[in-house]
Amino acid sequence: MGMTIAEKIIARAAKATEAHAGNIYVVELDHLMSNDGTTHLTIDMYNKLKNRKIYDKSKLVWIVDHNVPCDSPKTAASQKKMRDFAKENGITFHEGDGICHELMIEKYVNPKELIFGADSHTCSYGELGAFGTGVGCTDYLYAMVTGKSWVLCPETLRFNFTGELQNGATARDLILTIIGRIGANGANYKAMEFAGPGMKNLTMSDRICICNLCVEAGAKTALMEVDDIAKAYLKEHGREAADGFVSDEDAVFEKVYDIDLSEIVPVVAKPHFVDNVSPVSEVEDVKINEAFLGSCNNGRIEDLRLGASIIKGKKVAEGVRFLVSPASREVYDQAMSEGIIETFMEAGAIVVNPNCSVCWGSCQGVIGEGEVLISTGTRNFKGRAGDKNSFVYLGSAATVTASAVAGRIVGADKI
Amino acid sequence: MGKIFKYGKDVDTDQIIASQYLLYPTIEEMKTHTFESLDGDFIKEVQPGDFIVADENFGCGSSREQAPAVLKACGIKAVLAKSFARIFYRNSINLGVPVIVCSEVYDHVERGDEMELNMEEGYVSVNGEKYACTRVPAYMKNILDQGGLLASLDRV
Repeated sequence: MGMTIAEKIIARAAKATEAHAGNIYVVELDHLMSNDGTTHLTIDMYNKLKNRKIYDKSKLVWIVDHNVPCDSPKTAASQKKMRDFAKENGITFHEGDGICHELMIEKYVNPKELIFGADSHTCSYGELGAFGTGVGCTDYLYAMVTGKSWVLCPETLRFNFTGELQNGATARDLILTIIGRIGANGANYKAMEFAGPGMKNLTMSDRICICNLCVEAGAKTALMEVDDIAKAYLKEHGREAADGFVSDEDAVFEKVYDIDLSEIVPVVAKPHFVDNVSPVSEVEDVKINEAFLGSCNNGRIEDLRLGASIIKGKKVAEGVRFLVSPASREVYDQAMSEGIIETFMEAGAIVVNPNCSVCWGSCQGVIGEGEVLISTGTRNFKGRAGDKNSFVYLGSAATVTASAVAGRIVGADKI
Repeated sequence: MGKIFKYGKDVDTDQIIASQYLLYPTIEEMKTHTFESLDGDFIKEVQPGDFIVADENFGCGSSREQAPAVLKACGIKAVLAKSFARIFYRNSINLGVPVIVCSEVYDHVERGDEMELNMEEGYVSVNGEKYACTRVPAYMKNILDQGGLLASLDRV
């Protein structure tokens, strides 16, 4: 019986010849990522264990990225706990270097790996052929101490892409369109696999954007084949261009969707659900108070280039705050060398350090009562960006930047 | 018996406990902000032994384990929903919070109704009616019965 990419990765991690959807397997993890959103609680639980030991510290990567720079004494205490524990135990540690998923993809993830991350967007690693999935801190701690965990092998939804994105549509519009179609729990407990001849027209940045957002449809993970584009990325980032898994021809998919990329149009997700998706053209009268370009979804150099190309020579609309946060130090450095940071600054944007920033709704660019934000962040839940009575629209780097210039939601073709 | 707090579909973890409280040092300090954006009365009214009854996809969104942890700290005995988001479901089991799939009860109860849960036989009683619940899979039931995942770790 054939296997999907997800089944093959779980079989490998379980040291089994086969794995199939619906069965529970005990697996060994390849990497364990945790950030400052929950690590202080993980450490508290660790310190209460009778037998305290870390199974293999070389698998652990800890990243302070959510509240950077620190915003309060309480946060400072939690982050200090994480920093001190990492140092005492020789755990790989980053602080201020960028958003956890961006750093994992730039530095650590390899094809065929099974990775737990204490963050829901850990599904972001599929473009490198790795099965990343988000867990809570108890699961994380168990894996940190034993090296193992259990997983329910997921069914796979397969998306076959043909054609090429056009008419100003981006990968962000593509994945929002898919989530709008299948719903916020349309892939609950499942893997989403992307394949087909259209894949060759999607860059690594596009692919990361697509995999990253799959949790907003409830997905356990997102997966792709490791082709020459993915291998080139691995090589450029100092890693072996290893092969990934490919789903067998007789693998069982729960459902197959065929999507012509040329039919995708620019869209936004309206408050307060990521699956509440409409074409940008239908919401163009909505005035905004703030715009945000950044996050693990759309904070890469390709997104900043796109934004800069739109705003160059123009100004942020009066009364609008436009925050830009490169996803990592590497992206920030590249943006500086290309003059992109300068372009945003000249336009009147507020360029901040690499971190989760506005998407996290806690330390930068928090919005007030009744205010409207358009964001490339990952979520638009009620209160996600600040006051419980505020409104978040999600869109592409192009839509967000154009809206910052116009002062209301518009497509990039309208400015 | 415990009273019901009833919420709709796609209740996300930001609504259960918002981002700005997650880095508070302890769950006890966070719990007073439970459901702050969704239901300001929850924290005033909740008593140990109460239930949450919800529509589909309860707990969607972030992986923050603080979400089931604050519900547990508030004394919530179990969450019954038509379906649960994956990470919330798993986190709840790991913390020993019963999360029970029940397709029927949501459509027949109101906030404040008194309900009784029979985990062993797999049903709830409310307003004179019994509603069957889906059994928790054996692997996860074993974790729940031990009082959560870390209890098993301590015996390693």
